[in-house]
Amino acid sequence: MTSVILQQPTEAKAARKTNRGFIHGLITNKKAMTGMAIMLVFIILALAAPVLFPGDPSRITGMASLEPDGEHWLGTTAKGQDVLALTIYGARSSLFVGLTVGCASTFIGILVGLSSAYFGKFIDEALSLLTNVFLLLPGLPLLVILAAFLPPGLGTVILVLTVTGWAGSARVLRSQALSIRSKDFVAAAVVSGERAGRIMFREILPNMASIVMGTLLACVIYGIGAQAGLEFLGLGDVSTVSWGNNLFWAGNEGALLTGSWWVFIPSGLCIALVAFALALINYAVDEVTNPRLRKIRKPATTERSAAQ
Amino acid sequence: MRFILRRLGFYLIAFWASITLNFLLPRFMPGDPVSRMFARSQDRMQPEQLEALRKLLGVDDRPIWEQYAGYLQDVLTGQMGVSITRFPTPVTEVISSQIGWTLLLGGTALVIAAVVGNLLGILAAWRRGGAIDSALPPVLVFIGSFPYFWLAMGALYLFGVVLGWFPIRHAFTDGLEPAFTTEFIGDVGAHLVLPALTIVLVSIGGWMLGMRNTMIATNSEDYITMAEAKGLRPGRIMLRYAARNAMLPSVTSFGMGLGFVVGGALLTEVVFAYPGVGYQLLNAVQGLDYPLMQGLFLTITAAVLLANFLVDILYVRLDPRVRSN
Amino acid sequence: MTVSQTSFGSHEPVLDVKNLTVKYIGDTRSTTAVDNVSFSIGAGEVFGLAGESGCGKSTIANSIMRLLKDPAKIAAGSISFGGKDVLAMSQGELRRFRWQDVAMVFQSAMNSLNPVLTIGEQMADIFTTHAGYSRQESLRRAAQLLELVRIDPARLKSYPHQLSGGMRQRAVIAMAVALKPSLLILDEPTTALDVVVQQEIMAQIKDLQRELGFSVLFITHDMSLMVELSHRMAVMYGGRIVETARAHDIYTTPGHPYTQALMGAFPPLTGPRIPLEGLPEGVKFQNIPDLAEVAPGHFVAPFDADAEAAVFEGAAQ
Repeated sequence: MTSVILQQPTEAKAARKTNRGFIHGLITNKKAMTGMAIMLVFIILALAAPVLFPGDPSRITGMASLEPDGEHWLGTTAKGQDVLALTIYGARSSLFVGLTVGCASTFIGILVGLSSAYFGKFIDEALSLLTNVFLLLPGLPLLVILAAFLPPGLGTVILVLTVTGWAGSARVLRSQALSIRSKDFVAAAVVSGERAGRIMFREILPNMASIVMGTLLACVIYGIGAQAGLEFLGLGDVSTVSWGNNLFWAGNEGALLTGSWWVFIPSGLCIALVAFALALINYAVDEVTNPRLRKIRKPATTERSAAQ
Repeated sequence: MRFILRRLGFYLIAFWASITLNFLLPRFMPGDPVSRMFARSQDRMQPEQLEALRKLLGVDDRPIWEQYAGYLQDVLTGQMGVSITRFPTPVTEVISSQIGWTLLLGGTALVIAAVVGNLLGILAAWRRGGAIDSALPPVLVFIGSFPYFWLAMGALYLFGVVLGWFPIRHAFTDGLEPAFTTEFIGDVGAHLVLPALTIVLVSIGGWMLGMRNTMIATNSEDYITMAEAKGLRPGRIMLRYAARNAMLPSVTSFGMGLGFVVGGALLTEVVFAYPGVGYQLLNAVQGLDYPLMQGLFLTITAAVLLANFLVDILYVRLDPRVRSN
Repeated sequence: MTVSQTSFGSHEPVLDVKNLTVKYIGDTRSTTAVDNVSFSIGAGEVFGLAGESGCGKSTIANSIMRLLKDPAKIAAGSISFGGKDVLAMSQGELRRFRWQDVAMVFQSAMNSLNPVLTIGEQMADIFTTHAGYSRQESLRRAAQLLELVRIDPARLKSYPHQLSGGMRQRAVIAMAVALKPSLLILDEPTTALDVVVQQEIMAQIKDLQRELGFSVLFITHDMSLMVELSHRMAVMYGGRIVETARAHDIYTTPGHPYTQALMGAFPPLTGPRIPLEGLPEGVKFQNIPDLAEVAPGHFVAPFDADAEAAVFEGAAQ
């Protein structure tokens, strides 16, 4: 017999559940875990560098252009420096600059994107124009010319990388903020007199958490890669030890032509691994937040499927 | 039509911004660059050229507005000064002699990467969970994580030095006379392989993933379901219904991606000593050849803006919704 | 135990759905969207399928044409069309079956038309694929189709966004009848349109049906529209059919409390103003058994007296 039940309407525990679901999704995602593991290794190595290789890593410790052997695990450069020490020390500068540039670009992107979305009209037009111009101007030539005219040093590097890198995040964050801006709870906050700053940072921003994270990762990847590119051209801070500078010296000292592959492979490989790890995490964040991109999994039970 | 005009206006503003940037930068530099350059040119500079250089870099006594107006006028009439490192060749001549190589390298790599990447993306999305979809994306993302120049170095080492399959520097064998003979063209082609391959490998992942993700989103659109309901053949649905729509975001990101390809091409040129504008830019920087640097920056920017404009025109042709406004 | 339903007239039913069960298989659990549903449609009959959002009507429509997407899967049952087993068809047979035997008009014409192709190209597609005509010939026939639904044939060159909502829906209807299918499925054809246009569209469909004689599976949540157009109707709730009868019978003597609540939810145009009674707050039906015949051609899922009382005393909380 048909029975009738009387149900209470269910409470929506939406917000907390989605955050928990998100973290859970990440932890079980193989891509995310692989990426984070790789990053952890690099961070530990970077922090432990002075302990593992005390002293100045760019001092000469052996004969020039030695192949990897027991004493020098990755051989020596054309000047006689220990490649392994240079590589591990290089992580410090590269990760530091990459992280700083990533955070700075994302921060500026958040400010510009949120302001654009929230204030709209004239401010939006102006900021969007600015963003689009920066997006359009070709990155590397702009970097080169900025670095060439400004005094050399780490500060310049970070500055020019941030100047060329903020626009991408601003654009993405603006469009996300716009879609949240149009939701009712924001209108409610505006009407109840909340201050603009509060609305932007306490109402809109928390709802964009996963996009902001994705943007941050992308900016860090950009920071590390672009820094390496700049240094390879000799425009970075030549006095620091970093992956890009290692490659610059390798090129300058003709490592390729003398066949000293151990000089240029490690630093490049590190850059690639870090970028790859961050990209994996980014990819995983995308998958967790957009179910359509997830891997197709076969259902547990074999149902008679007439769909395909 | 209004769309095109708005875009054109935007590009003009961007170009103006880059000119202004060019104008302002040298004036932020500490010290007197002119004397430095005079010393470098080993006293071969004539007083008028010194004067021109001073004007270019703002070391003269005119008020800044006058300098700006003068500079704008110079740029728009194509007078970008005289190169220091290639003294006394004018900047415009130096650039125009090399820009062809960059166009060849960048153009070839871009077309190959875009076409192959997009096709792979379409196939990957059409057969979700299949071989292409599962295996290629992580591999290509990994390769795309490598810095352009490092991959170039690796390719140069592996294929050029160790295996000796391809030449490792320049655009053609030194001493060979440029001519439209098969021999010369073949030689150019051989020198093009490694640099172009590098750029293709690094950028193809982006094309493939972008197209794949757009196709997946498009595949869930209602008009695809309707196309299936109509009993159309799968190939037709994939191309005329899905890909034709998914292409649109790809075309817009093509424009954005141009900036990145330019950067990659520059670095690759440096590694392979390929005589394009990238290699020139580096030499200019190392030689403190400010006029040439500025000229190159403006030229490259103008080229990217022009390419973007052409892409916009193409987009209008492809998306009828933009046309009727 | 299922009870077979007699079809309109004494011919072989055009569509015969038996014990259809469709499940949505999720990562952790699965939901039954269509639960052991059976019905059949005869030649030239308009069969209405009513129910609230989420009761499974569209899922049934998609199942008939085998358009279900992951994670929906047909778990049990059979669908036969003019005696042919739809679920056993190969891909090739399925492509021939689609549009030629059964065609569907989707809810939103704007979303179901390809934005980058002209109307003409999308209509010609049908003919070039199924009938093998040349492009010229296909466009000629497309023009005829447009005239059938009273759209200027010059519109063949228009893109979907250039037509008004009503025109788009008529164009989509024209496409659906292009190959003169035996069954036309209308999935909420007028929900996205305003009332005036709705009237035009329904009139158009009625004309076409009289002229071409196809059967119709009419899915909507608009009860008044359905009662007006259908010969027979079924009311769905939670994936199950709770009542099936001739439209007129459902309107005058609804048997199941849910049907009664549905019918009681519209205001009549004339008569005194009375408070409307729908389903009271929080009332849900569970464990709906198979239909039993309460009058010739009128099937209702049995319910107990408590259920009926609960609905009509307006018990809540």
